[in-house]
Amino acid sequence: MAQRTPLYDRHVALGAGMVEFAGYDMPIQYSNMRDEHTAVRQRAGIFDLSHMGEVRIGGPDPVAAVQRLVTNDLDRIGEGRAQYTAMCNDGGGIIDDLIVYRGVGECWIVVNASRRAVDVAWMESHLDGGATLSDVSDETALIAVQGPQAVSVVAPLVDGVDVAGLRPFAFAWGANVAGVEHVVVSRTGYTGEDGVELYVSAEGAGAVWDALLEAGRSVDMLPCGLGARDTLRLEAGLRLYGQDMDESVDPYSAGLGWVVRLDKTPPFIGADALRGVKEKGAPRRFAGLRMSGRAIARHGMPVFSGDAAVGEVTSGTYSFTLGCGIATASLHSDVPGDAPLQVDIRGTRAGAEQVALPFYKRPST
Amino acid sequence: MADLSGYRFTASHEWVDGESRVGITDYAQQQLGDVIFLELPEVGRTLSAGERFGVIESVKAASDLYAPVGGRVVEVNDSLVDTPERVNGDPYGDGWLLKLEDVDEAGAELLDLAAYEKLTAGH
Repeated sequence: MAQRTPLYDRHVALGAGMVEFAGYDMPIQYSNMRDEHTAVRQRAGIFDLSHMGEVRIGGPDPVAAVQRLVTNDLDRIGEGRAQYTAMCNDGGGIIDDLIVYRGVGECWIVVNASRRAVDVAWMESHLDGGATLSDVSDETALIAVQGPQAVSVVAPLVDGVDVAGLRPFAFAWGANVAGVEHVVVSRTGYTGEDGVELYVSAEGAGAVWDALLEAGRSVDMLPCGLGARDTLRLEAGLRLYGQDMDESVDPYSAGLGWVVRLDKTPPFIGADALRGVKEKGAPRRFAGLRMSGRAIARHGMPVFSGDAAVGEVTSGTYSFTLGCGIATASLHSDVPGDAPLQVDIRGTRAGAEQVALPFYKRPST
Repeated sequence: MADLSGYRFTASHEWVDGESRVGITDYAQQQLGDVIFLELPEVGRTLSAGERFGVIESVKAASDLYAPVGGRVVEVNDSLVDTPERVNGDPYGDGWLLKLEDVDEAGAELLDLAAYEKLTAGH
C-alpha cells in the first residue's frame, strides 16, 4: 500500500489522476500536462512534493559533517543559502543528488523520495564529529509554487519573511503562512522558472495549500502533477536520479562536474576516486538531444552515430515549449560534440542533433 | 458526449463506426494523456482484424494500435500530424485515425457500447 502525502484528499477532490511514485500515491496530472506545463512557463503552477525526503543534520559542526558527505563546497555559500550537490560512494558513484540548505547551527538536506532509505543509512554510517541526523520527512510537507507569477502569488500570504527580497537559492525560516507557523520559504525549484518552495509541517500543509490555491486564482495558477514536473525539469536540463544517473555513474559522466570540488576541506567521500576520473577523463559525457520529429526518445533507447552505437538515452520527452522531442543521453566521451546522431525508437532511426543544455532558459527579467 | 450509436469497440480500446472510420476511445485517450505523435499506415494497405497498424504516443507512453476490423485503408487523418491533440479533444470525431473500405470482419472481436463501458467501468 502506497503512502499518502498530507494533501492526498485534496488531489483526489481536484480530480487528479493518481499514480504510485517512489512508494507514494502522487498526482500525475489534474487537467492535462500541456496546460499545466504552460501555466508554469507563463503564469504559475503549484505542486505537492511532500514525497521528497528531508533530513536535519545537527551537532557541534554540522557544516563540516555535511562537507564530508557531499561533493560541492558549502563554504561557497553562506547561512541562509541552498546548494545543489551530489553524494557519492567511495568509488565516486552517485548515491543521490541533493539540495543542502545551510542554516544556523544545522543543515537541512533534501533527498529524492526513491533514495531516502539508502541516503539515510549511508549518512548515518558516515557522519562523524558527533553530528546528529534526524529524518523529518514524514512530518514535513513540501509545496512548490513555480512560474513568473509565483512570487506575486506567495508573497502576500507570508508574514515574517520578505519573499520578493529572497535571491535565487536563498531561504528563510520562521515564516507564518496562512496561520501556519515555522514555515521555511525557499527561492528554489525544479522547473527552470522563478519560484518558491515552502517546507511546512504535515498538519499545516492543507491550510497552506488551500490559501495558495485561492491566491493563485487571480493569475489562473494551476495545480500541476508529476507529468508536468518531468517535462518542465527536462526542458530546464535538470537531472532525475534513477534515470540520468545511478550509483554506477560518476558526476563528471552525468555532466555534474560543476558540483564537484576536489580541493575543498575537509575532503568528501569519493574525492580520491573522482580525482582519478578527472585525470583520466570521464568515460561518458552527458548531452542534450533535439529530435528531428515528434516521436519521443525514452530512457534506455540506444543512440547511434552512423552504424556505431555510441550511448543511451537517459531521459526524453516532448517539449511543449519548443514543439519537438528532446532528450538527454549518456554518450561515449569520444563522440564529437557536433556529430549528427540517431536514436533507435522502436526500430526506426530518428535524427537527433546535439544541443547545449538547458533546452529552455527563462527570459531574463 | 458524442452519439456513439453505430460505434463498436475493442478490448484494446479502438472503435469503428458505421462508416468504417477507426479511432481510439475516450477512455484510451484519458489513460494516455497528451498525445503528441502518431505512426499511421499508408493509404492502400490492407489490414486484417486485430493486426497492429500503428503507434500512438503520449508524453507518458507509446502504445500499439490494432485494427478493430479488417479492410483496406482509404484515408488517414493527416491533420493529426500537426495537431495530434485532436485525439484528446475529440476522440470520436475530429480525432479519428483512418477510414477503411472492403471491410472484413473475419476474426474481429467487437463489443457494443454497453459491453465496452462495462469493461472500462471502475478504472
